[in-house]
Amino acid sequence: MLVVGELINASRKAVGEAIKAQDADYIKQVAKEEHEAGADFIDVNAGIFVGKEPEYLQWLVKTVQEAVDAPCCIDSPDPKAIEAALSVHKGIAMINSISLEKERYDALIPVVAGTDLKVVALCMSDEGMPETMDARLKIAEKLINGLVKNNVPLENIYVDPLVQPVSTNSTFAVEFINSVEAIMTRFKGVHTICGLSNVSYGLPVRKFMNHAFAIMAIGKGLDGLIINPLDKMMMASLVTAEALAGRDDYCVNYLKAFRNKQFDFLG
Amino acid sequence: MSIQDVYDAVVEFDIDKVVTLVNAEVASGTDVSDLLSNGLIGAMDEVGQRYSEGEFFVPEMLMAAKAMKAGLEVLKPLLSQGASEKKGTIIIGTVKGDLHDIGKNLVSMMMEGAGFEVYDLGVDVDTEKFLTTAKEKNADIICMSALLTTTMPFMEVTVNAIREQGLSFKTMVGGAPVSEDFAKKIGADGWSTDGPGAVETARRLTAK
Repeated sequence: MLVVGELINASRKAVGEAIKAQDADYIKQVAKEEHEAGADFIDVNAGIFVGKEPEYLQWLVKTVQEAVDAPCCIDSPDPKAIEAALSVHKGIAMINSISLEKERYDALIPVVAGTDLKVVALCMSDEGMPETMDARLKIAEKLINGLVKNNVPLENIYVDPLVQPVSTNSTFAVEFINSVEAIMTRFKGVHTICGLSNVSYGLPVRKFMNHAFAIMAIGKGLDGLIINPLDKMMMASLVTAEALAGRDDYCVNYLKAFRNKQFDFLG
Repeated sequence: MSIQDVYDAVVEFDIDKVVTLVNAEVASGTDVSDLLSNGLIGAMDEVGQRYSEGEFFVPEMLMAAKAMKAGLEVLKPLLSQGASEKKGTIIIGTVKGDLHDIGKNLVSMMMEGAGFEVYDLGVDVDTEKFLTTAKEKNADIICMSALLTTTMPFMEVTVNAIREQGLSFKTMVGGAPVSEDFAKKIGADGWSTDGPGAVETARRLTAK
């Protein structure tokens, strides 16, 4: 399971203010907490700063990597911002994300072609947001083929099948989960990843629903998540779900988590 | 049996009951516009209020809207015969380059529930389409939605176009990244964070 820590996002008030004030200490502290909690990648997002995004994203990458020895997930649709961030990035970054929307696709393919970058491929096209498994598969196939043709190896592609709120259509969660299974089966070696919070939009007790959704998706093969790694219950649930899904031989990771006191929050 | 029963059935999301009761009210000669305003629209106002207060949730709003619409379908043929009081005409869509429609759909639905005539242009709507449709339908308000900071500027493009062309359409903007400051900055006439708020703003803007 690949965990991307989602907290350094400018749309979160404290982070947005820290970016604006160039408060490196705050950003470093969040990055450290996320890394220590088990995040493999630290997401950086400066999307709310129209015009200044390249400069701020670059600053975020520099600042985060001064604090932790971890790669960043560069969260932007803008090739200029991504290039600026990549120019100072150490190690192999993840790009979040390319999609099948023509303008975005054409702009990002040159950035990722022939590189070792890990690429999130979001199932969205100019025809809108896919609602069914079939619609998602069609987009995923085009994205995967396009990326592979441009020398992005399959194992560096993380397909995001696009989470939609179950409050607006009762089939939205199950269509997503089935898509994960179909993508993982049909394109052996590819990965799947997603954020969670969209699923529970418009409903109460969202955190609980996000948990259940993550566990169900992991059961069908999901192997990447963009989450708050400081959520202890979530982190413990991931390890547990992977063991139950048959992807943790001899329960090695589950036991490691136990010895690392990852279940101690249960009391 | 009364208008209050229709109202209650909408608030209880009971589609079949709404249809049965509305039919019965019509048959017994209840004033149709009274039934619409105080039964169906009044009930949706309450649903919207309960949603804003955190008592109702999105699926319940959808169910209530469906029930309201079912009742409205019964009344429609009767309403167009008499000179029904139109609440106003609204053109709504997600702006160019943006495909997110969940928030927009909720607002669209609440506007219909409030008795507005709504033309929903879907997603990725450019200024020309907004204006052409608004002229064609003689609209009162153009409502624009965006979820992305990168597509928000298209709202300003439309607002400016209305001003430059000397048109009288009012504008409303909404969506996760949209703030009151932003709405004021681009010169939009109204903004809202949710569906019920949008209805309130639209009523204010169309009040004669």
